[in-house]
Amino acid sequence: MAISEKDIAYIAELSELELTSEEAVQYAGSLNSIIDYMAQLQELDTSGVEPTTHVLQLQNVFREDVVKPGLSREEALRNAPNRTKTSFKVPKIL
Amino acid sequence: MARYETVIGLEFHAELKTKSKLFCPCPTEFGGEPNTHVCPVCLGLPGVLPVLNKHAVELAVKAGLALNCDIQRVSKFDRKNYFYPDLPKAYQVTQFALPICRDGYVNISGKQIRINRIHLEEDAGKLIHSGESILDSGFSMPDYNRAAVPLIEIVTEPDIRSAQEARELAERLKSLLEYAGVSDVRMEQGSLRCDVNISLRPEGQTEFGIRAEIKNLNSFRAIERAIEYEEKRQAAILDEGGRVIQETRTWDDGKGITLSMRSKENAHDYRYFPEPDLVPTVIDDIWMNEIRQSLPEMPEARKHRLMTECGLSEYDTNRIVETPMLAFFFDEVIEAGADAKLTANWILGDISRLLTGNEDKLPIKASDLAVLIEQVKSGAINHSSGKLVLEEMFMHGGCPLEIIKTRGFAQISDASALQEAVLKVVEANPEPVADYKAGKKKAMGFLLGQIMKATGGQANPQMVREMLEKALDA
Repeated sequence: MAISEKDIAYIAELSELELTSEEAVQYAGSLNSIIDYMAQLQELDTSGVEPTTHVLQLQNVFREDVVKPGLSREEALRNAPNRTKTSFKVPKIL
Repeated sequence: MARYETVIGLEFHAELKTKSKLFCPCPTEFGGEPNTHVCPVCLGLPGVLPVLNKHAVELAVKAGLALNCDIQRVSKFDRKNYFYPDLPKAYQVTQFALPICRDGYVNISGKQIRINRIHLEEDAGKLIHSGESILDSGFSMPDYNRAAVPLIEIVTEPDIRSAQEARELAERLKSLLEYAGVSDVRMEQGSLRCDVNISLRPEGQTEFGIRAEIKNLNSFRAIERAIEYEEKRQAAILDEGGRVIQETRTWDDGKGITLSMRSKENAHDYRYFPEPDLVPTVIDDIWMNEIRQSLPEMPEARKHRLMTECGLSEYDTNRIVETPMLAFFFDEVIEAGADAKLTANWILGDISRLLTGNEDKLPIKASDLAVLIEQVKSGAINHSSGKLVLEEMFMHGGCPLEIIKTRGFAQISDASALQEAVLKVVEANPEPVADYKAGKKKAMGFLLGQIMKATGGQANPQMVREMLEKALDA
Protein backbone atom coordinates (compact mmCIF):
# COMPACT_ATOMS: atom_id res chain seq x y z
CA MET A 1 0.00 0.00 0.00
CA ALA A 2 1.81 3.07 -1.19
CA ILE A 3 1.04 6.53 0.12
CA SER A 4 0.90 9.15 -2.60
CA GLU A 5 1.56 12.86 -2.29
CA LYS A 6 -2.17 13.31 -2.80
CA ASP A 7 -2.80 11.25 0.36
CA ILE A 8 -0.29 13.39 2.21
CA ALA A 9 -2.07 16.56 1.11
CA TYR A 10 -5.39 15.14 2.31
CA ILE A 11 -4.03 14.10 5.72
CA ALA A 12 -2.34 17.48 6.08
CA GLU A 13 -5.63 19.21 5.38
CA LEU A 14 -7.47 17.13 7.98
CA SER A 15 -4.70 17.87 10.47
CA GLU A 16 -4.72 21.58 9.68
CA LEU A 17 -1.06 21.44 8.64
CA GLU A 18 0.52 23.49 5.87
CA LEU A 19 3.17 21.55 3.99
CA THR A 20 5.45 22.69 1.19
CA SER A 21 5.64 20.35 -1.82
CA GLU A 22 9.15 19.31 -0.75
CA GLU A 23 7.82 18.36 2.68
CA ALA A 24 4.98 16.41 1.10
CA VAL A 25 7.47 14.34 -0.91
CA GLN A 26 9.61 13.81 2.17
CA TYR A 27 6.65 12.70 4.36
CA ALA A 28 5.32 10.38 1.65
CA GLY A 29 8.74 8.71 1.66
CA SER A 30 8.96 8.32 5.43
CA LEU A 31 5.38 7.13 5.83
CA ASN A 32 5.85 4.56 3.07
CA SER A 33 8.93 3.14 4.73
CA ILE A 34 7.06 2.86 8.05
CA ILE A 35 4.15 1.09 6.34
CA ASP A 36 6.50 -1.26 4.49
CA TYR A 37 8.18 -2.10 7.76
CA MET A 38 4.85 -2.78 9.48
CA ALA A 39 3.76 -4.90 6.50
CA GLN A 40 6.21 -7.55 7.66
CA LEU A 41 3.71 -8.33 10.42
CA GLN A 42 1.24 -9.46 7.78
CA GLU A 43 3.49 -12.43 7.11
CA LEU A 44 2.80 -13.85 10.58
CA ASP A 45 -0.06 -16.24 11.21
CA THR A 46 -2.12 -14.50 13.91
CA SER A 47 -5.19 -16.73 13.80
CA GLY A 48 -5.96 -17.77 17.37
CA VAL A 49 -4.23 -14.69 18.82
CA GLU A 50 -6.59 -12.36 20.65
CA PRO A 51 -6.41 -8.82 19.19
CA THR A 52 -4.27 -6.49 21.26
CA THR A 53 -6.26 -3.64 22.76
CA HIS A 54 -3.36 -2.02 24.57
CA VAL A 55 0.40 -2.54 24.70
CA LEU A 56 0.41 -2.54 28.51
CA GLN A 57 -0.79 -5.66 30.27
CA LEU A 58 -3.19 -3.61 32.35
CA GLN A 59 -6.95 -3.42 32.53
CA ASN A 60 -9.66 -1.74 34.64
CA VAL A 61 -7.79 1.28 35.92
CA PHE A 62 -10.55 3.37 37.49
CA ARG A 63 -11.26 6.27 39.77
CA GLU A 64 -14.25 6.42 42.10
CA ASP A 65 -16.97 8.94 41.26
CA VAL A 66 -15.79 11.61 43.68
CA VAL A 67 -15.68 15.37 43.01
CA LYS A 68 -12.47 17.27 43.70
CA PRO A 69 -11.82 20.94 43.05
CA GLY A 70 -10.01 21.71 39.79
CA LEU A 71 -8.57 25.02 38.64
CA SER A 72 -9.91 28.43 39.51
CA ARG A 73 -11.18 30.33 36.49
CA GLU A 74 -8.20 32.67 36.59
CA GLU A 75 -5.80 29.72 36.59
CA ALA A 76 -7.74 28.04 33.78
CA LEU A 77 -7.60 31.14 31.56
CA ARG A 78 -4.06 32.19 32.45
CA ASN A 79 -2.28 30.67 29.43
CA ALA A 80 -5.00 31.45 26.90
CA PRO A 81 -3.72 33.50 23.96
CA ASN A 82 -7.00 35.38 23.91
CA ARG A 83 -9.71 35.67 26.54
CA THR A 84 -12.66 37.60 27.87
CA LYS A 85 -13.38 38.11 31.55
CA THR A 86 -15.00 34.68 31.95
CA SER A 87 -14.09 32.66 28.88
CA PHE A 88 -11.57 31.69 26.31
CA LYS A 89 -11.98 33.68 23.13
CA VAL A 90 -11.74 32.04 19.71
CA PRO A 91 -11.88 33.60 16.24
CA LYS A 92 -14.91 33.46 13.95
CA ILE A 93 -15.83 29.82 13.35
CA LEU A 94 -17.87 29.87 10.12
CA MET B 1 -46.47 10.76 -8.01
CA ALA B 2 -44.37 7.86 -6.75
CA ARG B 3 -45.07 6.43 -3.29
CA TYR B 4 -42.14 6.34 -0.90
CA GLU B 5 -41.28 4.43 2.23
CA THR B 6 -39.54 6.39 4.99
CA VAL B 7 -36.51 4.79 6.66
CA ILE B 8 -35.33 6.25 9.96
CA GLY B 9 -32.56 5.47 12.42
CA LEU B 10 -32.13 7.45 15.62
CA GLU B 11 -29.07 8.36 17.67
CA PHE B 12 -29.52 9.43 21.27
CA HIS B 13 -27.02 11.07 23.58
CA ALA B 14 -27.84 10.78 27.27
CA GLU B 15 -25.84 12.46 30.01
CA LEU B 16 -25.01 9.94 32.73
CA LYS B 17 -25.95 10.72 36.31
CA THR B 18 -22.46 10.86 37.78
CA LYS B 19 -21.15 13.44 40.22
CA SER B 20 -17.80 13.83 38.48
CA LYS B 21 -16.65 13.90 34.86
CA LEU B 22 -15.67 10.88 32.77
CA PHE B 23 -11.89 11.15 33.13
CA CYS B 24 -11.30 13.71 35.90
CA PRO B 25 -12.84 14.68 39.27
CA CYS B 26 -14.45 17.95 38.09
CA PRO B 27 -18.16 18.31 38.95
CA THR B 28 -20.82 17.58 36.31
CA GLU B 29 -23.37 19.86 37.97
CA PHE B 30 -25.52 21.87 35.57
CA GLY B 31 -25.43 25.66 35.47
CA GLY B 32 -22.09 26.73 37.03
CA GLU B 33 -20.39 30.00 36.04
CA PRO B 34 -18.48 29.54 32.71
CA ASN B 35 -15.14 27.73 33.01
CA THR B 36 -15.34 27.05 36.75
CA HIS B 37 -15.75 23.23 36.52
CA VAL B 38 -12.48 22.60 34.76
CA CYS B 39 -9.03 21.14 35.41
CA PRO B 40 -5.87 20.37 33.38
CA VAL B 41 -7.34 17.01 32.24
CA CYS B 42 -10.63 18.24 30.76
CA LEU B 43 -8.93 21.34 29.33
CA GLY B 44 -6.51 19.06 27.49
CA LEU B 45 -3.37 20.66 28.91
CA PRO B 46 -0.10 18.88 28.05
CA GLY B 47 1.20 16.04 30.20
CA VAL B 48 -2.04 14.97 31.86
CA LEU B 49 -3.52 11.47 32.04
CA PRO B 50 -7.23 10.63 32.04
CA VAL B 51 -8.54 8.04 34.55
CA LEU B 52 -11.92 6.40 33.85
CA ASN B 53 -14.85 6.99 36.23
CA LYS B 54 -15.97 3.53 37.40
CA HIS B 55 -19.53 4.64 38.07
CA ALA B 56 -19.93 5.86 34.48
CA VAL B 57 -19.04 2.35 33.28
CA GLU B 58 -21.64 0.86 35.62
CA LEU B 59 -24.34 3.27 34.43
CA ALA B 60 -23.57 2.48 30.79
CA VAL B 61 -23.94 -1.23 31.57
CA LYS B 62 -27.26 -0.55 33.33
CA ALA B 63 -28.47 1.32 30.24
CA GLY B 64 -27.44 -1.69 28.17
CA LEU B 65 -29.38 -4.05 30.42
CA ALA B 66 -32.45 -1.78 30.28
CA LEU B 67 -32.31 -1.90 26.46
CA ASN B 68 -31.76 -5.69 26.29
CA CYS B 69 -28.18 -5.43 24.98
CA ASP B 70 -25.29 -7.87 25.05
CA ILE B 71 -22.82 -6.36 27.49
CA GLN B 72 -19.32 -6.72 26.07
CA ARG B 73 -16.66 -8.41 28.17
CA VAL B 74 -13.96 -6.14 26.72
CA SER B 75 -14.41 -2.54 25.63
CA LYS B 76 -11.95 0.25 25.00
CA PHE B 77 -11.67 3.89 24.01
CA ASP B 78 -10.57 5.56 20.77
CA ARG B 79 -9.81 9.11 19.75
CA LYS B 80 -12.12 10.77 17.24
CA ASN B 81 -10.19 13.62 15.67
CA TYR B 82 -11.68 16.88 14.51
CA PHE B 83 -10.99 20.57 14.97
CA TYR B 84 -13.74 22.56 16.59
CA PRO B 85 -13.37 25.04 19.45
CA ASP B 86 -15.83 23.18 21.70
CA LEU B 87 -13.29 20.35 21.85
CA PRO B 88 -10.22 21.46 23.82
CA LYS B 89 -8.06 18.45 22.91
CA ALA B 90 -9.03 18.51 19.20
CA TYR B 91 -10.24 14.92 19.67
CA GLN B 92 -13.16 13.35 21.46
CA VAL B 93 -12.56 10.24 23.55
CA THR B 94 -15.21 7.72 22.53
CA GLN B 95 -15.63 3.98 21.92
CA PHE B 96 -15.43 3.22 18.20
CA ALA B 97 -14.09 -0.29 17.63
CA LEU B 98 -15.20 -1.97 20.86
CA PRO B 99 -18.32 -0.34 22.36
CA ILE B 100 -19.52 -1.42 25.80
CA CYS B 101 -22.95 -2.73 24.63
CA ARG B 102 -24.22 -4.24 21.38
CA ASP B 103 -27.35 -5.76 19.85
CA GLY B 104 -30.29 -4.72 22.01
CA TYR B 105 -33.89 -3.90 21.29
CA VAL B 106 -36.79 -1.77 22.48
CA ASN B 107 -40.43 -2.75 21.98
CA ILE B 108 -42.89 -0.14 20.79
CA SER B 109 -46.52 -0.88 19.93
CA GLY B 110 -46.53 -4.03 17.89
CA LYS B 111 -42.92 -3.70 16.78
CA GLN B 112 -39.36 -4.27 17.89
CA ILE B 113 -36.72 -1.62 17.17
CA ARG B 114 -33.20 -3.02 17.24
CA ILE B 115 -30.39 -1.20 19.05
CA ASN B 116 -27.09 -1.47 17.20
CA ARG B 117 -24.82 -0.29 20.00
CA ILE B 118 -24.35 1.84 23.10
CA HIS B 119 -20.98 3.42 23.71
CA LEU B 120 -19.44 5.66 26.34
CA GLU B 121 -17.96 9.01 25.37
CA GLU B 122 -17.18 12.48 26.64
CA ASP B 123 -19.35 15.51 25.95
CA ALA B 124 -17.97 18.64 24.26
CA GLY B 125 -17.96 22.16 25.69
CA LYS B 126 -20.55 24.82 24.98
CA LEU B 127 -19.92 27.72 22.60
CA ILE B 128 -21.35 31.11 23.38
CA HIS B 129 -21.32 33.31 20.29
CA SER B 130 -20.75 37.05 20.31
CA GLY B 131 -23.57 37.68 17.81
CA GLU B 132 -27.10 36.37 17.31
CA SER B 133 -25.91 33.17 15.66
CA ILE B 134 -22.66 31.47 14.77
CA LEU B 135 -22.82 33.04 11.27
CA ASP B 136 -22.86 36.67 12.35
CA SER B 137 -20.46 36.30 15.27
CA GLY B 138 -17.08 37.97 15.14
CA PHE B 139 -15.80 35.61 17.83
CA SER B 140 -17.02 32.85 20.16
CA MET B 141 -16.45 32.03 23.83
CA PRO B 142 -16.08 28.36 24.76
CA ASP B 143 -17.29 27.30 28.19
CA TYR B 144 -15.67 23.96 29.10
CA ASN B 145 -17.80 23.14 32.15
CA ARG B 146 -19.59 20.51 30.11
CA ALA B 147 -16.44 19.22 28.39
CA ALA B 148 -15.84 15.55 29.34
CA VAL B 149 -19.16 15.08 31.12
CA PRO B 150 -19.98 11.36 30.64
CA LEU B 151 -22.43 10.47 27.87
CA ILE B 152 -23.79 7.32 26.36
CA GLU B 153 -24.61 7.30 22.68
CA ILE B 154 -27.39 4.90 21.72
CA VAL B 155 -27.65 4.00 18.04
CA THR B 156 -30.71 2.22 16.62
CA GLU B 157 -30.88 0.15 13.45
CA PRO B 158 -32.86 1.79 10.60
CA ASP B 159 -36.05 0.00 11.70
CA ILE B 160 -38.31 3.03 12.10
CA ARG B 161 -40.81 3.85 9.34
CA SER B 162 -42.74 6.92 10.48
CA ALA B 163 -42.64 10.07 12.59
CA GLN B 164 -45.09 8.47 15.05
CA GLU B 165 -42.87 5.41 15.52
CA ALA B 166 -39.83 7.65 16.05
CA ARG B 167 -41.65 9.62 18.70
CA GLU B 168 -42.90 6.51 20.44
CA LEU B 169 -39.40 5.03 20.50
CA ALA B 170 -37.95 8.26 21.90
CA GLU B 171 -40.57 8.36 24.66
CA ARG B 172 -40.08 4.69 25.48
CA LEU B 173 -36.32 5.08 25.58
CA LYS B 174 -36.55 8.11 27.85
CA SER B 175 -38.76 6.18 30.25
CA LEU B 176 -36.44 3.13 30.26
CA LEU B 177 -33.34 5.25 30.97
CA GLU B 178 -35.20 7.06 33.72
CA TYR B 179 -36.34 3.81 35.34
CA ALA B 180 -32.81 2.40 35.08
CA GLY B 181 -31.62 5.50 36.96
CA VAL B 182 -28.82 6.23 34.49
CA SER B 183 -29.76 9.75 33.33
CA ASP B 184 -31.98 12.72 34.13
CA VAL B 185 -33.20 12.55 30.51
CA ARG B 186 -34.33 16.19 30.34
CA MET B 187 -34.54 17.09 26.68
CA GLU B 188 -35.00 20.81 27.34
CA GLN B 189 -31.80 20.90 29.45
CA GLY B 190 -29.92 18.83 26.90
CA SER B 191 -29.33 15.80 29.11
CA LEU B 192 -31.13 13.75 26.45
CA ARG B 193 -30.52 14.66 22.80
CA CYS B 194 -31.70 13.00 19.62
CA ASP B 195 -30.39 13.04 16.04
CA VAL B 196 -32.49 11.64 13.20
CA ASN B 197 -31.12 9.86 10.13
CA ILE B 198 -33.82 9.80 7.48
CA SER B 199 -34.08 8.65 3.87
CA LEU B 200 -36.84 7.79 1.43
CA ARG B 201 -37.04 4.91 -1.04
CA PRO B 202 -39.68 3.93 -3.60
CA GLU B 203 -42.07 1.42 -2.06
CA GLY B 204 -40.89 -2.12 -2.62
CA GLN B 205 -37.22 -1.19 -3.04
CA THR B 206 -34.86 -2.93 -0.60
CA GLU B 207 -31.85 -0.65 -1.10
CA PHE B 208 -31.73 2.42 1.15
CA GLY B 209 -32.02 5.92 -0.31
CA ILE B 210 -29.59 8.75 0.41
CA ARG B 211 -30.07 10.04 3.94
CA ALA B 212 -29.93 13.36 5.70
CA GLU B 213 -29.03 13.73 9.37
CA ILE B 214 -31.10 16.18 11.44
CA LYS B 215 -29.72 17.73 14.61
CA ASN B 216 -30.94 20.19 17.23
CA LEU B 217 -34.15 18.37 18.18
CA ASN B 218 -35.05 19.45 21.70
CA SER B 219 -38.44 17.84 22.21
CA PHE B 220 -40.50 14.82 21.17
CA ARG B 221 -42.73 17.16 19.20
CA ALA B 222 -39.68 18.51 17.33
CA ILE B 223 -38.61 14.97 16.39
CA GLU B 224 -42.05 14.29 14.96
CA ARG B 225 -42.37 17.60 13.12
CA ALA B 226 -38.83 17.50 11.68
CA ILE B 227 -39.43 14.01 10.26
CA GLU B 228 -42.75 15.05 8.73
CA TYR B 229 -41.08 18.09 7.16
CA GLU B 230 -38.12 16.07 5.88
CA GLU B 231 -40.43 13.42 4.33
CA LYS B 232 -42.08 16.15 2.26
CA ARG B 233 -38.79 17.85 1.34
CA GLN B 234 -37.10 14.64 0.18
CA ALA B 235 -40.22 13.41 -1.65
CA ALA B 236 -40.37 16.68 -3.61
CA ILE B 237 -36.70 16.28 -4.67
CA LEU B 238 -37.21 12.64 -5.72
CA ASP B 239 -40.46 13.46 -7.58
CA GLU B 240 -38.54 15.88 -9.75
CA GLY B 241 -35.96 13.21 -10.49
CA GLY B 242 -33.38 14.89 -8.26
CA ARG B 243 -30.97 13.42 -5.71
CA VAL B 244 -31.05 14.04 -1.97
CA ILE B 245 -27.72 15.37 -0.74
CA GLN B 246 -26.10 13.44 2.10
CA GLU B 247 -25.61 16.17 4.69
CA THR B 248 -26.30 17.36 8.21
CA ARG B 249 -29.33 19.59 8.64
CA THR B 250 -30.49 21.59 11.63
CA TRP B 251 -34.12 21.90 12.81
CA ASP B 252 -35.51 25.43 13.13
CA ASP B 253 -38.37 24.98 15.57
CA GLY B 254 -39.79 28.48 15.12
CA LYS B 255 -40.04 28.20 11.33
CA GLY B 256 -40.82 24.49 11.35
CA ILE B 257 -38.18 23.64 8.72
CA THR B 258 -34.81 21.90 8.42
CA LEU B 259 -31.82 23.84 7.08
CA SER B 260 -28.56 22.67 5.60
CA MET B 261 -25.60 23.18 7.94
CA ARG B 262 -22.63 24.32 5.94
CA SER B 263 -20.05 21.68 6.65
CA LYS B 264 -16.68 20.78 5.23
CA GLU B 265 -16.64 17.90 2.80
CA ASN B 266 -14.05 16.01 4.81
CA ALA B 267 -15.75 16.53 8.14
CA HIS B 268 -16.66 12.86 8.44
CA ASP B 269 -13.13 11.49 8.19
CA TYR B 270 -12.34 11.33 11.89
CA ARG B 271 -9.14 9.25 11.71
CA TYR B 272 -10.08 7.16 14.74
CA PHE B 273 -7.23 5.48 16.54
CA PRO B 274 -6.90 3.71 19.91
CA GLU B 275 -6.67 6.03 22.94
CA PRO B 276 -3.24 5.07 24.33
CA ASP B 277 -3.82 6.82 27.68
CA LEU B 278 -6.66 4.49 28.73
CA VAL B 279 -6.46 0.74 29.26
CA PRO B 280 -9.26 -1.68 28.29
CA THR B 281 -12.32 -2.21 30.48
CA VAL B 282 -13.03 -5.85 31.27
CA ILE B 283 -16.35 -6.76 32.85
CA ASP B 284 -16.22 -10.22 34.41
CA ASP B 285 -19.25 -12.27 35.57
CA ILE B 286 -18.96 -11.14 39.19
CA TRP B 287 -19.00 -7.43 38.38
CA MET B 288 -21.69 -7.99 35.76
CA ASN B 289 -23.94 -9.68 38.33
CA GLU B 290 -23.36 -6.91 40.85
CA ILE B 291 -24.51 -4.34 38.29
CA ARG B 292 -27.48 -6.49 37.28
CA GLN B 293 -28.55 -6.74 40.95
CA SER B 294 -28.38 -2.96 41.34
CA LEU B 295 -30.70 -2.30 38.38
CA PRO B 296 -33.89 -0.71 39.74
CA GLU B 297 -37.31 -2.21 39.06
CA MET B 298 -38.06 -1.90 35.32
CA PRO B 299 -41.52 -1.11 33.86
CA GLU B 300 -42.72 -4.69 33.24
CA ALA B 301 -41.90 -5.86 36.78
CA ARG B 302 -43.45 -2.68 38.15
CA LYS B 303 -46.70 -3.24 36.21
CA HIS B 304 -46.88 -6.78 37.55
CA ARG B 305 -46.44 -5.58 41.13
CA LEU B 306 -49.00 -2.77 40.85
CA MET B 307 -51.61 -5.16 39.50
CA THR B 308 -50.99 -8.17 41.75
CA GLU B 309 -49.80 -6.63 45.02
CA CYS B 310 -51.58 -3.27 44.92
CA GLY B 311 -54.72 -4.52 43.20
CA LEU B 312 -54.81 -1.75 40.57
CA SER B 313 -56.57 -2.22 37.24
CA GLU B 314 -54.48 -2.74 34.12
CA TYR B 315 -55.64 0.62 32.81
CA ASP B 316 -54.60 2.55 35.95
CA THR B 317 -51.34 0.60 36.15
CA ASN B 318 -50.40 1.48 32.59
CA ARG B 319 -51.18 5.12 33.14
CA ILE B 320 -49.03 5.31 36.27
CA VAL B 321 -46.08 3.34 34.86
CA GLU B 322 -46.10 5.45 31.67
CA THR B 323 -44.69 8.37 33.69
CA PRO B 324 -41.73 7.38 35.87
CA MET B 325 -42.13 10.44 38.09
CA LEU B 326 -45.70 9.41 38.95
CA ALA B 327 -44.68 5.78 39.45
CA PHE B 328 -41.90 6.72 41.91
CA PHE B 329 -44.31 9.08 43.68
CA PHE B 330 -46.98 6.38 43.90
CA ASP B 331 -44.50 4.09 45.68
CA GLU B 332 -43.51 6.81 48.13
CA VAL B 333 -47.13 7.58 49.00
CA ILE B 334 -48.08 3.97 49.68
CA GLU B 335 -44.85 3.50 51.64
CA ALA B 336 -46.04 6.41 53.80
CA GLY B 337 -49.04 4.25 54.63
CA ALA B 338 -51.74 5.34 52.19
CA ASP B 339 -54.21 2.97 50.55
CA ALA B 340 -52.96 1.94 47.08
CA LYS B 341 -56.24 2.29 45.18
CA LEU B 342 -57.09 5.66 46.73
CA THR B 343 -53.54 6.84 45.97
CA ALA B 344 -53.91 5.78 42.34
CA ASN B 345 -57.23 7.67 42.11
CA TRP B 346 -55.71 10.86 43.49
CA ILE B 347 -52.62 10.63 41.28
CA LEU B 348 -54.49 9.88 38.05
CA GLY B 349 -57.30 12.30 38.83
CA ASP B 350 -56.64 15.59 40.57
CA ILE B 351 -52.84 15.42 40.62
CA SER B 352 -52.56 14.72 36.88
CA ARG B 353 -55.03 17.53 36.23
CA LEU B 354 -53.05 19.98 38.38
CA LEU B 355 -49.79 18.94 36.69
CA THR B 356 -51.03 19.80 33.19
CA GLY B 357 -48.61 22.19 31.57
CA ASN B 358 -45.90 21.58 34.16
CA GLU B 359 -45.25 17.84 33.98
CA ASP B 360 -41.64 17.89 35.12
CA LYS B 361 -41.93 18.43 38.81
CA LEU B 362 -44.33 17.47 41.57
CA PRO B 363 -44.62 20.36 44.02
CA ILE B 364 -46.01 18.23 46.86
CA LYS B 365 -44.46 15.72 49.25
CA ALA B 366 -45.52 12.07 49.23
CA SER B 367 -45.96 12.04 53.01
CA ASP B 368 -48.31 15.06 52.77
CA LEU B 369 -50.48 13.36 50.18
CA ALA B 370 -50.64 10.26 52.39
CA VAL B 371 -51.93 12.43 55.27
CA LEU B 372 -54.53 14.10 53.02
CA ILE B 373 -55.78 10.73 51.74
CA GLU B 374 -56.15 9.52 55.31
CA GLN B 375 -58.09 12.67 56.30
CA VAL B 376 -60.60 12.08 53.50
CA LYS B 377 -60.80 8.34 54.11
CA SER B 378 -61.52 8.77 57.83
CA GLY B 379 -64.20 11.36 57.13
CA ALA B 380 -62.36 14.19 58.90
CA ILE B 381 -62.90 16.23 55.72
CA ASN B 382 -65.14 15.44 52.76
CA HIS B 383 -63.90 14.67 49.28
CA SER B 384 -64.56 18.06 47.74
CA SER B 385 -62.71 19.78 50.59
CA GLY B 386 -59.89 17.32 49.97
CA LYS B 387 -59.62 18.55 46.39
CA LEU B 388 -59.39 22.15 47.60
CA VAL B 389 -56.69 21.23 50.12
CA LEU B 390 -54.70 19.54 47.35
CA GLU B 391 -54.99 22.61 45.13
CA GLU B 392 -53.72 24.77 47.96
CA MET B 393 -50.79 22.37 48.51
CA PHE B 394 -49.95 22.62 44.80
CA MET B 395 -50.13 26.40 44.68
CA HIS B 396 -48.65 27.50 47.98
CA GLY B 397 -47.16 24.40 49.55
CA GLY B 398 -47.84 23.70 53.18
CA CYS B 399 -48.97 20.71 55.18
CA PRO B 400 -52.54 19.41 54.72
CA LEU B 401 -53.49 19.46 58.41
CA GLU B 402 -52.52 23.11 58.64
CA ILE B 403 -54.56 23.98 55.54
CA ILE B 404 -57.61 22.08 56.84
CA LYS B 405 -57.38 24.04 60.10
CA THR B 406 -56.85 27.53 58.66
CA ARG B 407 -59.38 27.12 55.86
CA GLY B 408 -61.96 25.56 58.23
CA PHE B 409 -62.43 22.42 56.13
CA ALA B 410 -62.95 20.09 59.08
CA GLN B 411 -66.11 18.13 58.42
CA ILE B 412 -69.04 18.45 60.80
CA SER B 413 -69.57 15.02 62.26
CA ASP B 414 -71.21 16.27 65.45
CA ALA B 415 -74.53 14.37 65.50
CA SER B 416 -76.61 16.99 67.35
CA ALA B 417 -75.44 19.85 65.12
CA LEU B 418 -76.22 17.81 62.02
CA GLN B 419 -79.58 16.66 63.39
CA GLU B 420 -80.58 20.29 63.88
CA ALA B 421 -79.61 21.19 60.29
CA VAL B 422 -81.53 18.20 58.92
CA LEU B 423 -84.71 19.06 60.80
CA LYS B 424 -84.55 22.72 59.76
CA VAL B 425 -84.32 21.81 56.09
CA VAL B 426 -87.18 19.28 56.39
CA GLU B 427 -89.38 21.93 58.01
CA ALA B 428 -88.52 24.61 55.46
CA ASN B 429 -89.24 22.42 52.42
CA PRO B 430 -92.64 20.78 52.83
CA GLU B 431 -93.19 20.24 49.10
CA PRO B 432 -90.09 18.18 48.32
CA VAL B 433 -90.74 16.26 51.56
CA ALA B 434 -94.25 15.45 50.36
CA ASP B 435 -92.88 14.47 46.93
CA TYR B 436 -90.42 12.10 48.56
CA LYS B 437 -93.12 10.54 50.70
CA ALA B 438 -95.26 10.14 47.56
CA GLY B 439 -92.48 8.00 46.07
CA LYS B 440 -90.45 10.60 44.16
CA LYS B 441 -87.09 9.47 45.51
CA LYS B 442 -85.32 12.13 43.49
CA ALA B 443 -86.45 14.76 45.99
CA MET B 444 -83.90 13.28 48.37
CA GLY B 445 -81.06 14.77 46.32
CA PHE B 446 -82.55 18.25 46.56
CA LEU B 447 -82.93 18.02 50.32
CA LEU B 448 -79.37 16.73 50.75
CA GLY B 449 -78.12 19.65 48.69
CA GLN B 450 -79.98 22.10 50.92
CA ILE B 451 -78.42 20.61 54.06
CA MET B 452 -74.92 20.76 52.56
CA LYS B 453 -75.55 24.37 51.59
CA ALA B 454 -76.72 25.22 55.10
CA THR B 455 -73.56 23.72 56.61
CA GLY B 456 -71.21 25.38 54.14
CA GLY B 457 -70.43 22.04 52.48
CA GLN B 458 -68.81 20.69 55.59
CA ALA B 459 -71.41 18.23 56.80
CA ASN B 460 -70.41 14.59 56.82
CA PRO B 461 -72.53 13.42 53.85
CA GLN B 462 -72.81 9.84 55.04
CA MET B 463 -74.26 10.91 58.42
CA VAL B 464 -76.57 13.48 56.83
CA ARG B 465 -78.02 10.92 54.44
CA GLU B 466 -78.76 8.50 57.25
CA MET B 467 -80.37 11.18 59.42
CA LEU B 468 -82.44 12.53 56.55
CA GLU B 469 -83.71 9.06 55.63
CA LYS B 470 -84.71 8.53 59.24
CA ALA B 471 -86.47 11.90 59.46
CA LEU B 472 -88.38 11.34 56.20
CA ASP B 473 -89.37 7.80 56.92
CA ALA B 474 -90.67 8.76 60.36
